[in-house]
Amino acid sequence: MAKIALEHIKHSYSTQLSGPQEWALKEVDTVWADGGAYALLGPSGCGKTTLLNIISGLIIPSQGRVLFDDSDVTSTPTIDRHIAQVFQFPVVYDTMTVYDNLAFPLRNRGVAEDKISARVREIARMLELEGLLHRRASGLTADGKQKISLGRGLVRENVNVIMFDEPLTVIDPHLKWLLRSKLKELHQQVGATMIYVTHDQTEALTFADWVVVMYDGTVVQIGTPVELFEHPQHTFVGHFIGSPGMNVLPCEVSDGTVRLFGNKIDTASSLLPDPDKGTIEIGVRPEFVRFDAEGFLVEIIKVDDLGRYQIVEARHEDHTIKMIAGEDVEIPSESPRITFDPHNTRLYADGWVVD
Amino acid sequence: MGIELRKVSKQVGAETYIYETNLSLEKGGFNVLLGTALSGKTTLMRLMAGLEPPTTGELWFDGENVTGVPVQKRSVAMVYQQFINYPNFSVFDNIASPLRVARIPAGELRQRVERIAELLRLTPMLQRFPNELSGGQQQRTALARALVKNAPLVLLDEPLANLDYKLREELRDELPKLFKGTGATVVYATSEPLEALMLAGNTATLHEGRVTQYGPTAKIYRTPNTLLSAQVFSDPPINTANVNKKGDTFHLTDAVSWRVPNGFAGLGDGSYTMGIRPHHLTLGTAPKNAVKVCATVLVAEISGSESVVHVNVEGNNWVSESHGVHPYKVGDSVELFISVERCLYFGSDGQLLTG
Repeated sequence: MAKIALEHIKHSYSTQLSGPQEWALKEVDTVWADGGAYALLGPSGCGKTTLLNIISGLIIPSQGRVLFDDSDVTSTPTIDRHIAQVFQFPVVYDTMTVYDNLAFPLRNRGVAEDKISARVREIARMLELEGLLHRRASGLTADGKQKISLGRGLVRENVNVIMFDEPLTVIDPHLKWLLRSKLKELHQQVGATMIYVTHDQTEALTFADWVVVMYDGTVVQIGTPVELFEHPQHTFVGHFIGSPGMNVLPCEVSDGTVRLFGNKIDTASSLLPDPDKGTIEIGVRPEFVRFDAEGFLVEIIKVDDLGRYQIVEARHEDHTIKMIAGEDVEIPSESPRITFDPHNTRLYADGWVVD
Repeated sequence: MGIELRKVSKQVGAETYIYETNLSLEKGGFNVLLGTALSGKTTLMRLMAGLEPPTTGELWFDGENVTGVPVQKRSVAMVYQQFINYPNFSVFDNIASPLRVARIPAGELRQRVERIAELLRLTPMLQRFPNELSGGQQQRTALARALVKNAPLVLLDEPLANLDYKLREELRDELPKLFKGTGATVVYATSEPLEALMLAGNTATLHEGRVTQYGPTAKIYRTPNTLLSAQVFSDPPINTANVNKKGDTFHLTDAVSWRVPNGFAGLGDGSYTMGIRPHHLTLGTAPKNAVKVCATVLVAEISGSESVVHVNVEGNNWVSESHGVHPYKVGDSVELFISVERCLYFGSDGQLLTG
């Protein structure tokens, strides 16, 4: 287990040495705690796999350093980094038994058979594979095989970090529930530093204590699930996390007040940004918009009844505002007016929160 | 009118894929087939398309018996979970391909392709090839090809399952709008209850080759006819437990009980199954008319704006779902509130009991 420091990491895949670079990773500078559960979350192309490969040693970054517990491993080959990795698709030896599959990483390293037996049984117990230990892997379902891959990732005790690259992609949605819960439990039992890469917010927020949200080669926020929901540092975080995502609306700032469509809006941002410095927007989550006779007038376009709540799509001029209303909230039929909860309404300048 | 299955069944070898089914889907409607993997969604669609003949029964479309008419002789559009495009055709030619087969003149062809491309925001990609597109764009191309034919029957088999969830959110919103007013009868298969609710229209719940219920989506979500239908239409799973009716009280345990609602006074004393949806089992502040129970947290899952907490209540494994981010730890003791007015009661035969 190790603390991982990423010092001013930048990476470009182009081999061109001069002139403007196309950065796959723009600048990552952060320290991840020993024993922490981290998730790298972002859409495809955001740079999360590049960052994962830099940590595992498959890529040497164009700039910056990678440290495991203060020792520089930037150019240490993967095999010497003592890491375990679980991939999107199960990697299983079909002709071996479940037991032999789990024992494989330990046998490769010359661990004594009695130690192997104890460890394999412990991991099998955690993953509820005990009854299958002497079955051949070939007869198992996709999720059974993926459990073996997870087990192989967890079986070695001295690894610096265990990395999971979208490990639940092949799992039936109804079984994802079980495996997601299982992984969280395993982290609590095993205590190793774990990094989980995904584009699925539920997987990231469920698994991780800290979520690293990436967008366009940049880390836009590192935070706990609560922070990402309540205090998005960037409009992208507000949009990407939560369903539907945060409303982002254009506004005007003048004479110390914020106006949206001519209406004065109270926000949690204490400082007002300089309107000459970039685009100023208001961000408010659908959860914090409600009907209020004192609010501003909107037109209701659509109401989706999702059983436990309703998603209301409202419009003011050309702008769509989404709101979440409880299942018992009556949608006003005549001249609906809405307001925002000021404690959860923030200003963003060029995408970044103004605090 | 629309599509009608009259006593249709499908047998493959010794196995029954679809038990005798009567189902009539309204013309021009948006219909969802909801069920887990292997519940029979795809088989039902293949029967509707004419890709497979039924073992027994008849298939009627718009008032015409089309049983045994092969798919080539029918006008059906189908989109699968895997994006299927011609890799060596540009997006334009991919979308145009069904029109070329139908020998549509060049001018009209161009017009129709361009209109559909605009609708699906593919205009800038028309000259590109499928492998130069993102997953979402590839699936939109497949959808465009299905739409451009103006087929009176459109079958969509989990078309969004392979996309990022943000994109899914967007397309789920768009799809019903796209078909609105085209007069096409749309059938959409999904394994996700939330997706069914978002798509609205009518839903048929499927379980092991049987349609268990069919009707307006929100209505069958709220009033499932059987425990099985409730289970199919619930993610996270609906919580169930045995309750004992004694006089005017339902007992979950000796200590936890509540008054029998008015309508159920005629029900005999004895054991029943109660069902309570996860969002009617709340943590934190007590809603009105709620009964308190003590529970131990098994695991907490967070999906951005929702928290799903798995708990043990009096020996039952239950799930509580609430808005906001509530990161409970494994083993925490919590108080939960059952909104007893929302409880559903089922008889020993699994039928919903109504007051």
